This record gives sequence, structure tokens and C-alpha cells, in this order.
Amino acid sequence: MKLIRALENRLGDLVLKGEIKTPCHLCTGQEAVAVGICSALKRDDLVFGNHRSHGHYIAKGGDTKELMAEILGKKSGCSRGRGGSMHIIAKEQGFMGTVPIVAGTVSLAAGAALILQIKKKKSVAVAFFGDGATGEGTLYESLNFAALKNLPLIFICENNFYSTHLPIRECRPDKPIFEIAKPFGIPSFQIDGNDILEVQETAEKAVEICNKGEGPVFIECLTYRQAGHVGPDDRIQTEHTDIRPKKEIKQWLKKDPILKFENLLVKKKALNKEEMEKIQRDVDREVEGAYRFAIDSSYPSKEEIANNLFQ
Amino acid sequence: MAINEAITQMMKKDSSVFVLGQGVKSPWYVGNTCKDLIKKFGEKRVIDTPISENAITGVGVGAAICGARPIVIHPRMDFMLYAADPIINQAANWSYMFGGKSSCPVVIWGIINRGAEQGAQHSQALHGLFSHIPGLKVVMPSTPYDAKGLMISAIKDNNPVIFIDDRWLYNDKEIVPKEIYSLPIGKGIVRKEGKDMTVVAISYLVKEALIAISDLEKRNIFPEVIDLRTAKPLDKEIIIESVKKTGRLVICDVGWKTGGLSAEISRIIVENIPGFLKSPVKTVALADIPAPTSPTLEKSYYPAKSAIVDKVMEALK
Repeated sequence: MKLIRALENRLGDLVLKGEIKTPCHLCTGQEAVAVGICSALKRDDLVFGNHRSHGHYIAKGGDTKELMAEILGKKSGCSRGRGGSMHIIAKEQGFMGTVPIVAGTVSLAAGAALILQIKKKKSVAVAFFGDGATGEGTLYESLNFAALKNLPLIFICENNFYSTHLPIRECRPDKPIFEIAKPFGIPSFQIDGNDILEVQETAEKAVEICNKGEGPVFIECLTYRQAGHVGPDDRIQTEHTDIRPKKEIKQWLKKDPILKFENLLVKKKALNKEEMEKIQRDVDREVEGAYRFAIDSSYPSKEEIANNLFQ
Repeated sequence: MAINEAITQMMKKDSSVFVLGQGVKSPWYVGNTCKDLIKKFGEKRVIDTPISENAITGVGVGAAICGARPIVIHPRMDFMLYAADPIINQAANWSYMFGGKSSCPVVIWGIINRGAEQGAQHSQALHGLFSHIPGLKVVMPSTPYDAKGLMISAIKDNNPVIFIDDRWLYNDKEIVPKEIYSLPIGKGIVRKEGKDMTVVAISYLVKEALIAISDLEKRNIFPEVIDLRTAKPLDKEIIIESVKKTGRLVICDVGWKTGGLSAEISRIIVENIPGFLKSPVKTVALADIPAPTSPTLEKSYYPAKSAIVDKVMEALK
């Protein structure tokens, strides 16, 4: 979580400095979902993400340097400079790809789950999507098909209460999201997405259900993005466009998932101040190293522009 | 049955090949193309699906990304438009947008159901639309031999391939080789050699063109007929070589006239060998209107042999 936070903060700075142009949807404040879910997964469990997936990528084992290089448009990036922040991949770690088409990877993850089932593998597929995705028809089609075939698929809805700029209560009837899975007979949970232990425990339970052939499972994680929809503060048109109430942001900062976990660890005497400082130094060093790596990497040459369209 | 044989043989050979889509259990939907597949391979690998084109196509695309070689069937390709996102945004872009680190070897099979008073939403030929998209290959067989060979090539291809066939060709019979064989995607074939004119056609209009040509030969006119087999990538060389020889061109496309295959072929000629044309390019294609249902209207909507003969005569003027 600390690494993701340090990375997102650094990316935010680079966006403000103008060094990063590609749309960067930061997951600051939502780290516990990414880390909690992925900590319950094996390497060969297959994960698909969305536009806000730096955290998912890191939590599933993606390389920090390659991510930074990708976002800076370098050839050494995880997608060789063709994807930017929204198309990231770490296939060898089971992180199968991310796209910004809302709910676009939910059915893809269902396809992953189907092939795992056909091949009788004891692995699961995971789709990360946001609360805004509940407006897309393909989500319900996927819920239906996954339930019909008992696919080993875990739907993770990160409910940060905003569908881009618009409060989710203005997008859908004010009913809990996790209930959308119920009519399909899918075991579904609503949990505190800022409590990493609760997320991890629920994810482990979900994996167990899928392994018994009783999937899919739906988990709604209540959380909040501390940054804007894009970049640190939605400053896309050169001015601050985040329209969320300041008071609301402040209240959620108090429920910061990292702070919450650190306080718990300190209380239980599992972590002291020195160790905390060391972790901070380590992650800062890793992010700095990633930035250096990216800066020192070359851009793809224009001769390569047509490469990789076909395999 | 040629397609059925292709799928059966490829499913036997490669355990990662599987079939999913609406109507695989029903000859009403897919003719006999999926006959006995369930009996041979079971319902785990031959999946008749709910009517959810978007998610089901996404399932195929996702499975392909994860190592399978799925064939997704759309028994009426009009309904494929619900799946524009998994086909165009996802499958087509997948290799490129991840720098070639992932691939999507999926076959999306759409059947054109023209005619029979089915109207605007049960009959559309959408190859022009899909041909516009970088990252997609679009094949359109006109014979049983080609249907088997191109289906096998599509399954073997490491990229997304849109396989489009026409119900009007489903009663055609031909002995095809028993063994597995593939035809190169992106290569056309000269169906009939000639000297006076190049007639480039695709899908069912190849058949009509060949009938038209036998009429024309009686009038001492000898056109060359090219079957494109693939709408994208287009076999430019075969068209250019033929037009260099004949100096005249009639394009027969099963889709609409504007912004489609005929416009593309015209562009290729104008860009590459404008000086070789002895007369203006002529086009046989659908008028830019939706398919009507009334039998009188429908009859004049779909071009056939006589339209091709007329255009050839015009081009010879």
C-alpha cells in the first residue's frame, strides 16, 4: 500500500509539472482494495483492471519501473509506450490488462474464468471495476452468464461513490450496489474497502467459494478516491475541476486505509516508528529508482509506429 | 458442412479451440455448420449462450487473451453491433495497445441473412464497417472449399479475424478435401481468366459474376473474375495486375456503396495505376438505403447477375 501511495503521489506531482501528459487516474485512498484482493491471489490467478489500475498492477506483482516508463511513454514501458497509464499489463504475473472503457474488461474476465473452468484449473479470474460500471449493460450480461456457468470469477466493485465527476447517487437508485448480484444467486458482500484485513479475508473467502465450483462471487468495496478523477485534482483544462465538497474529502482522509492499518499495527505493537520510517524510505527509493529508469529510457522510434498491430 | 468439418477437425486437433454463441444447438440459426459438435465435444466446449452479444463476445475475447482459440458465432451479424466494444475497442486494439505483449486469437463469425423479406435488421453486410478498423482481419468465403480453408486459417491466426459468410451460399455443394488445409488470409484468386475487363467480386456476388460472365462470353466479351476472399487486408496486387492487363474495372460488393469496399478498391486503383484505366470504374453494390421487406422492393434492392452484365456493358462503352 505504501508503495502504491508513494507511486501515485509521485505521478501526481509529475502530472502537475507537465512531465506526464497521458491521462493518469490515481487510486490514492483505494490502495487497500488492490492489495487486499491481490494478497489472496496466486500468480496464475488472472486479473483484469480498468482505467484506475496502477494499484492493481503493483499489487499483482507488476514492475514499478516498467509502469513508470510506460506512463512516461518510453520503449521500456510495460506496453512498450503504446498504452500509457490506461493500458498496462504484467502478463507473467497474471495481470492480463487494463482498459478505460467502463466495464469493458468484466466480460473479458468472464472469458478468462471460462477457459480456467474448461481447462479444469484451480485458479480464479478477477475483474476490477468502479461503481460507475453499474450503468453498463455488459456488467449485468456478465453477471448472468457467470452465474449460469458457475464461473470461477470474482467481481470487485470499488465503490468510491463517484462515476467520474457525478455522485453515484445521481446515477442510480440509492440502493446498495452489491445487491445487483443477488437476483442471479451470486454470493455477494459489501465491505469496508479501506480496511485491508476485511478486504483480504473476504477475498480469501471468495477464492474458496470459486474453488469449490460455487462461483462467481461479487464484492462491493466501499472506498474513496482522495485525488480527482484524472490526475491529482482534475486539472485537465489547466484549472481545478474537481467539484466534490471539500468537507467530504476531509472526512474521508480521516478514514485513510494506510493510516488505519498503520494505527492498528502500532497498537498491536507489530510495527514501530523506525520500521515505519524504513518502509517509507524503501518505497520512496523504489519510486525514485523507477523514475530514473524511465527518464534514462529511450522513446520508441517513429519507425516502430506500426509494430505489434498484428502478432 | 465444410465449415462444420473445419471446426470439428480443429477442435480435435487443438484443445484450446471452442465454440460459443447464440443458436449452436439450432439449425434454424446456424444451418448445419454446428451439427453434432455438442455430441462430439460436449457442452463445455460448445456453448449455446444467452442473448447477450456484448458480454458473450467479450467472453470469447477474454478467453482468447488467456490462451484459448474461441469461435464466437453471431447467426445474424446485425446483432454483432451490440458487441462493437469487445470487437473494436478490445480485440482489435489488444496486441497494439500492449506493445505486442498480449494477443487475441479469436474468430468472430457473423452470418449475413439477406433476402427472404427479413428487412433492415436481419440482413446487413457489415464487412465495410469492420474493415475500417486497424487490427481486424475480415474474410468472406464464396465457396465451400474456401469456407473450410478460411475458417481453419481464421482459427489458426494469432489475431482477431472476422469471418463473414452468407446464408445465400449455404445450399451450395462442393467436394472439399478431407484433410485440414488453410487458405492465406489477404489473398484473392482469379476465378476466371479474361482480357476485356476485370470484375472484382466478393462473397455471393462471385457466384453471380461467374453466371454473368457465361452470358457475356456468348457476346464475345471475356472478363476476368477475381474473388477477393478477404475484405481486409485486401489483395491489392491481384487487382492491380488484372486492371493493368484489362484497363477496365467493375467492382461487385455485397455491401453499401458509400465508404465501403468499392470505394476502397477505387482508391487503390486511382492511387497506384490511374493511367491504366480506359473507362471509368463501375460499381455494383447496394444503394445507400436499408433493406426493404416488400418482395418487389427487395428484388430490386439486391444486385444480381443482370446488374453485373449491365455494368460490364457500360464500362465497355
